[in-house]
Amino acid sequence: MRTDTHSTSRLRHDPLVRGLGWASALLGVPQVAAPAGFARALGVGGEFRHRSATTAVGVRELAAAAGLLARPHPAWLWGRVGGDLMDLTMLTRALKNHNGRGLGRTVAATAAVTAITATDVYAAVTRTRRSTPMELTAATTVIQSPDEAYTLWSDLERLPGFMAHLDEVRVTGPRTSHWRASAPFGKAVEWDAETTQEVPGQLIAWRSVDGADIDNSGEVRFVPAPGDRGTEIRVTLRYDLPGGALGKAAARYFGEEPHQQLDDDLRRFKQIAETGEVVRSEGAPSGKRARGEFPQHPARPLTEEELKEALA
Amino acid sequence: MKANCWTGRNSVEVQEVPDPSILNSRDAIVKITSTAICGSDLHLLDGYVPTMEKGDIMGHEFMGEVIEVGPGISDGKLRVGDRVVVPFPIACGACASCRAELYSCCENTNPNAGISEKLFGHPTAGIYGYSHLTGGFAGGQAEYARVVFADVNALKIESDLSDEQVLFLSDILPTGYMGADMCDIQDGDVVAVWGAGPVGQFAMDSARVLGAEKVIAIDKETYRLDMAAAQGYTTVNFEDTDVRSALLELTGGRGPDKCIDAVGLEATHGASHVHLYDRAKQAVRSETDRPHALRQAIMSCRSGGVVSVIGVYGGMIDKFPAGAWMNRSLTLRTGQCHVQKYMKPLLGLIEQGKIDPTRVITHRLPLTEAPTGYDLFKNKKDRCEKVVLKP
Repeated sequence: MRTDTHSTSRLRHDPLVRGLGWASALLGVPQVAAPAGFARALGVGGEFRHRSATTAVGVRELAAAAGLLARPHPAWLWGRVGGDLMDLTMLTRALKNHNGRGLGRTVAATAAVTAITATDVYAAVTRTRRSTPMELTAATTVIQSPDEAYTLWSDLERLPGFMAHLDEVRVTGPRTSHWRASAPFGKAVEWDAETTQEVPGQLIAWRSVDGADIDNSGEVRFVPAPGDRGTEIRVTLRYDLPGGALGKAAARYFGEEPHQQLDDDLRRFKQIAETGEVVRSEGAPSGKRARGEFPQHPARPLTEEELKEALA
Repeated sequence: MKANCWTGRNSVEVQEVPDPSILNSRDAIVKITSTAICGSDLHLLDGYVPTMEKGDIMGHEFMGEVIEVGPGISDGKLRVGDRVVVPFPIACGACASCRAELYSCCENTNPNAGISEKLFGHPTAGIYGYSHLTGGFAGGQAEYARVVFADVNALKIESDLSDEQVLFLSDILPTGYMGADMCDIQDGDVVAVWGAGPVGQFAMDSARVLGAEKVIAIDKETYRLDMAAAQGYTTVNFEDTDVRSALLELTGGRGPDKCIDAVGLEATHGASHVHLYDRAKQAVRSETDRPHALRQAIMSCRSGGVVSVIGVYGGMIDKFPAGAWMNRSLTLRTGQCHVQKYMKPLLGLIEQGKIDPTRVITHRLPLTEAPTGYDLFKNKKDRCEKVVLKP
């Protein structure tokens, strides 16, 4: 799992990021140059421990400024959030043990830091785009020849018949198609795809075009199986799962295990290739939704209403 | 219709359920005329097979009359009115396993293959009335049943043999026969069979048909041993004798050439401490199966012999005598029966009178009394060997 972020160059021209960088610099310079005066200005007194704490905060601010202005990265924004929380802790402690002199200034400083914290959190969250590039591979062997298996797969509008998460594929041109799928938590995602490679009997590859809800690409290779056993079908799917590791864990919790799903998709493709249809049982009557149905319908015939729903 | 349903551990009940309907184009609906309770149904009853759900219809040994065929069944393969016996494993007839006649390993008929793959490493075929691990297919202890890929999974009976003569072609006769077939029996072979239940009895009959010189039955139920003795088989009661010594004595110290485990995961053991050890491990789920018969078969078999396993195992065992198996060049062969492979030749043997499957039937009950049948069979009451149910 990797965390994908906005590129450095985009952050370099981001006014909010640059503003926060300059704010860090403006705060950091007096804190380092005149810590005692800065501490007094906050109304927290000028003893040694206050001065050294102020110097340390100043050094941190300068580091954040250098980072945000020179090599912008969301990590610096998150660093600022961490620093803000430290500052708030120190100010809260200062308020608790206050001797009364300059209390108003300390309260004002606390309010200011609270506002800055909110800004930093906003910047950090919005400037970090968490997504997980995932690559899934799966394979199955069918008795058909590579040409036959290729022909079956290249009829893209048939894919939703065995791929559990696909609701619809519509061919929109000689090399383009529109895809609609259900994502975790009942959301629907759509994208346009273009076929990037087509070698009959060997390979189909595609990728989503710009503007897809989830960037994705994939390929299917058709390889003769050894010993006249038909064709090995090897699928690779790549896509950016939104929500990063958290999204992935949540999806898994709700039963959407992508790798397992792809394995099951291929099993159903094999059923269609070898027997002509997806096999249904009373326990898993609606075929491709079998896995999502646990606990299943009991292994007994369906009532008429259940039957209508299952065959819909 | 009425159907015998699993309603929880150690409990089955005849319930009113909807009539079956065609779900796939090569389905057929059969009006059941005879159905039976299998030893492996007891493993489901006892809760040893995971993924049973309340309300599942039990039963995988059934036959009847075709009353409806799906649109995908090509002309003439199966017609309304045909009298058929249905093999318990569901095969597609098209995948590599089916083409290799490994029907119970069919690659396409288990909609829950992903689950069975997790437990078994690779998926196995769908089976009627045999948990959701094998697909969640409704079973045949009912008035009607849906037969899947009916053009591959229904043996037409065109002669006037009675139901009782052909019903067991659905499972236990081919299963027993495959146990003997896997032994690769040679002239002069001594074959020992653990378990004198219906499958064990048919394994003995098959061993003799396939040329075994001597057949030995091992069990503790005297009435079951009597049933074997009546056929001329030698018997060993493991409650009275140490099995290994008895077998050595019966084979001039060599051990049986071929050993068949027709017991499986719920074995009992003559030595109560060993039985208690496995029973306790099974209760806390640190071992799912109690493999006494298998252990004993491996230890008893002559060096270079074959141990053939047709008793059902579902998960993990421990104390597997790997040393004996490896150092003495034993061959271990096993499988859920590939019924479709054996049905026709066995129908021939029945027609020729070489095997009489009816000899194991001890009880005939109406379907509505299925729970009584389970009780008789499970608790070996009233010398129960095999229960046939009539819808």
